[in-house]
Amino acid sequence: MAEDGRDELVATDDESDHTAADGSSSLNNTVVEEGSTLVRRMEICVAEAEKRSGKNAVNMQETFTVYLIETRPMDAVTEGRNPAPDSLWRRYSEFELLRNYLLVTYPYIVVPPLPEKRAEFVWHKLSADNMDPDFVERRRIGLENFLLRVASHPVLSNDKILHHFLTEEHGWKEVVYETGFQAKADSRIRALSATFRVRNPDKRFMEMKHYSDQLQSHTSQLLRARARVADRLYGVYKVHGNYGRVFSEWSAIEKEMGDGLQSAGHHMDAYAASIDDILEEEEHYADQLKEYLFYAEALRAVCRKHELTQFELEMASQDLISKKQQHEELATGIVRTFSFKGMTNKLFGQEAPVQREARIKLLEELIAEGEDTVKEKTVECEEHVERAWVDMQRFKEHKDKDLREALINYAVMQISMCKKGIQMWSNAKECFLKM
Amino acid sequence: MSVGTPRGLASSGQKPIAEILHPLSAAAEPLSVTVNLGGDKEAGLTNGTPVETSSPASTSSLFNRLQLDDDLEADVRDPYAETTETRDLFVTVSDPKKHVSTMETYITYRVSTKTTRVEFDLPEYCVRRRYQDFDWLRIKLEDSQPTHLIPPLPEKFVMKGVVDRFSEEFVETRMKALDKFLKRIADHPVLSFNPHLNSFLTAKDLNKRQGLALLTKVGESVKYVAGGYKLRARPAEFCAMGEYLDTFNQKLGTIDRIAQRILKEQSEYLTELREYGTVYSSWVGLEDELRRPLEGVAGCVTTCCGALEDLGENMSQDFLPVLREYVLYVESMKNVLRKRDQSQAEYEARLEAAILRKQEDRTPMPLEVEKCQDKMECFNADLKADWERWQSNKRQDFKQLLTGMADKNINHYEKCQAAWESLITLLQDKQTEDKSSETN
Repeated sequence: MAEDGRDELVATDDESDHTAADGSSSLNNTVVEEGSTLVRRMEICVAEAEKRSGKNAVNMQETFTVYLIETRPMDAVTEGRNPAPDSLWRRYSEFELLRNYLLVTYPYIVVPPLPEKRAEFVWHKLSADNMDPDFVERRRIGLENFLLRVASHPVLSNDKILHHFLTEEHGWKEVVYETGFQAKADSRIRALSATFRVRNPDKRFMEMKHYSDQLQSHTSQLLRARARVADRLYGVYKVHGNYGRVFSEWSAIEKEMGDGLQSAGHHMDAYAASIDDILEEEEHYADQLKEYLFYAEALRAVCRKHELTQFELEMASQDLISKKQQHEELATGIVRTFSFKGMTNKLFGQEAPVQREARIKLLEELIAEGEDTVKEKTVECEEHVERAWVDMQRFKEHKDKDLREALINYAVMQISMCKKGIQMWSNAKECFLKM
Repeated sequence: MSVGTPRGLASSGQKPIAEILHPLSAAAEPLSVTVNLGGDKEAGLTNGTPVETSSPASTSSLFNRLQLDDDLEADVRDPYAETTETRDLFVTVSDPKKHVSTMETYITYRVSTKTTRVEFDLPEYCVRRRYQDFDWLRIKLEDSQPTHLIPPLPEKFVMKGVVDRFSEEFVETRMKALDKFLKRIADHPVLSFNPHLNSFLTAKDLNKRQGLALLTKVGESVKYVAGGYKLRARPAEFCAMGEYLDTFNQKLGTIDRIAQRILKEQSEYLTELREYGTVYSSWVGLEDELRRPLEGVAGCVTTCCGALEDLGENMSQDFLPVLREYVLYVESMKNVLRKRDQSQAEYEARLEAAILRKQEDRTPMPLEVEKCQDKMECFNADLKADWERWQSNKRQDFKQLLTGMADKNINHYEKCQAAWESLITLLQDKQTEDKSSETN
C-alpha cells in the first residue's frame, strides 16, 4: 500500500519524489520541483463509509455506499493545530469518473487503480456481497490508498480536477464533463488495430507490455490459489470445533478425566474460532496483490498508447511519403511505382495540363499539412515515450518495494498464525495433562 | 476352568465378596514373592515371610526386596507407578521380518522377554511369533480366564487390495499394537501368570494343537454362554459399567470420525498449498528485485507442506489405531459383562430350583449350586478389579494419546514458524545490506 498511516505520508513520499526528480530532468512542466506534490500540502483520508438510498439514473430506488473524504492543510497538522477537516461525500462511481478522466488526460502515466468494484477471488465463507461491512471497510481503505497514491504522484497531484474532487462536493461532475475528456478517449478499435499493425514500436515498451501481461497472469493465479488455500484451511480449523463438543459430552461420563477433557474442549472451540480473524487479516494481503493486478492493466494501457502514437506516426509518415510520390509523378511524369492513376493514364491518356496543375497545387498543400502532421505526431510519440518511460521506472520501483513489503507482511501474518496455533494447542495440552 | 487359581494370589473361592481383597491390596495373607527388579530397595516383607529361593533367578532376590508400603500408596493413586518400581516381567515386540514359503507369505516379530520370576526357567527369552500365534494366545487366555478382561488384538483380517499387508506403515502399526497387547497382559497380576503366556514367551515351537483344544473349549463355552438363563436383577455397579461402555463407545466412534475428517481436510489443504507454492516459484522468473522474497515464500510454503505431511502421517499411524483398539477393548469388556450376567443368571436359576426341591424333600444345598455361587462371586470380584485397572489404564492411555496429539500439532506449528521467521531475517538482512551499499 502507498501509505498506511497519515503520519507516514511525508516519509514515504520522499522516496518517490527523489526518483521522480532524478529521472525527469529532461521533462518540461509536468514534474514539479521536489516536495510540492499535493500530499505534502494536504492531509487526505477516507474516513468513513455510509449507506444511502436514492433514485438512480433510471429513476429506480437503490442503496449505495458513500465515502467521507476529509482534508486538512498539512502545515496546520505539523504545527500542531488541530483544525476541523473539510469533508465531503463521494460514491464509488465518482471515483471511477475521476480515474477515467485521469486515464484519458495522462495517457503516459501508469494511473493508480481503484479497489475492485465487485468482490472477486472470494473463497466460500467470505461474502461476495458489496454491502458486506468487511468488504466496505476494505474498499474504504482501498479508496484512501488510491487518493494518496494519486496525490503523491509528481504529475497527477497537480491536476485541477483532482483538487476539485477533494474540495468541491457539488457540481464536480459537471466540471469534469466540461473538460470534454470523453471525446479525447481513444476508440477501442483504433487501439486494437494499432497493436496489430504497428511496425516499429519501441522495444522497451514491448518488453514492458509483455511484463504487464505476465504480472497480471501471476497475480491472478496467486489470488485464485490463495483463495482455495484459505477455503481449505477454514475447513481444517472448523472441524476441530467438533472435538470441543465431543470432549464435553465425554467428560460427563468421566470422573477424574472430566475436568481436563471439558477445558480442553473449550480450547478446541477457541482454536476453531481463531481462523476467522486470521483469514480476515489475510484479505489485506490479497488486496495488496489485487492492487498490482489492476496496476498491470494500467501499465499495459500506457504501452498500448505508445503503440497507438507510434502507429499514427507511421501512418502519417506513410501518408506523406505516398503524397510526395504522387506529386513527383505528376510533376515529372515518371511513374516509379504502380498506381491506378498511372494505369488510367496509360489507358486513357494523360489529363489536361490545367487539371494537372490544380492537382499538383492541392498535393503541395496536402504535403505541407502532412509534414505538419508528421511533426506533430513525432513530437507526440517522442513525448509520450519520454514521459511514459520515466513513469514506468517510477512504477517499477514502487512495485518492487510494495510487493516486497507485502510478502514480508504475509510472512509476519503466517508467524502470528503459528504462534496462535501453538498457544491454543499448548493450552489444550495442559488440560490433557490434568486429565 | 482348566487352570487352577494362579499361584501366589489369594484364592477368591471360599470367601464372601466383601472380604475378597484386591489382588494388589496390602497383604494380610502370605504372598509368595514376586521378586523386585527395582535395585537397591531394602524393605523386607511386612509379614516377615522369608524370600523363597527355589530358582536360580531368585538369587538376585536376596538383594531385591519387595517394597510394599510405598508402592501400595502409589498404586492407589496411579497403578502405573507399580510398573516402573516392581515390575518383574518385561516383554517387547520388535523386528518385523517377512517370510516367504511355498504356501504363503507372512510376517514374524521378535518377542523378547526379561524376567526374574520363578515361573520362568531363564531370565531372558527371545522367540519369533506371527499374528496367528498372538491370536492363539488370546483365545487361550479367554478360555482359561473367562472372568478376566483380555486386551484386544489389532484387527485380524485386512482386505487385500485395500490395505497392503506388507507395507512398512501397516506392519509398524500392527507391531505397536501387538507390543501393547503383550505389555498389558504382562502387567496384569493374574493374566501374567497364565501358563499359556509362559509357553508363548518361551517355547521354541508353539505346539498349538489348536484344533483339538478348540473343540473341547467350544463345547464348554457354548454351554456357558448359551445357557439361556434369564437374569433377575443386575447389580447397579455392573449396570453402570454397561452404560458407561455404551456411551464411551459412542464417543470413541465420534472422535474417530472427527480425526478422519481432519485428515481428509488436511490432505485437501495440502494439495492446494502445494499448488500455491508453485505459483510463487513460477513468478520468480519474471522478476529481478523480487526474486529473493518470492523464492523465500515458495520455500517456506514447501516447508509447511512437509510439516503438514508429517502431522498427517503421525495422526493416522499413532492416533487412529489407538482409538480403534479401544473400540475393540470395549467390545471385549462388554462380552465379559455378558458372561458375568450369564454366570449370575445360572446361579439364580439353580438356586431357585434347589430351594424348591429343598422345600420338598429337605436335602441339603447341592454342591452344584455352591459351585455356581463361587463362580459368580469370583467373576464379580475379578471383573471389578479388572474394571478399576482398565479405567486407570484407559485414563493413562488417553492422557498420553491426547497429549501426543497436542504435541504433534505444536511441533507442526513450530516448524512452520521457524521457516517463516528465518525468511524474515533473511530478507531484512538483505535490506540492510542493500541500504548500506547504497549509501557507500
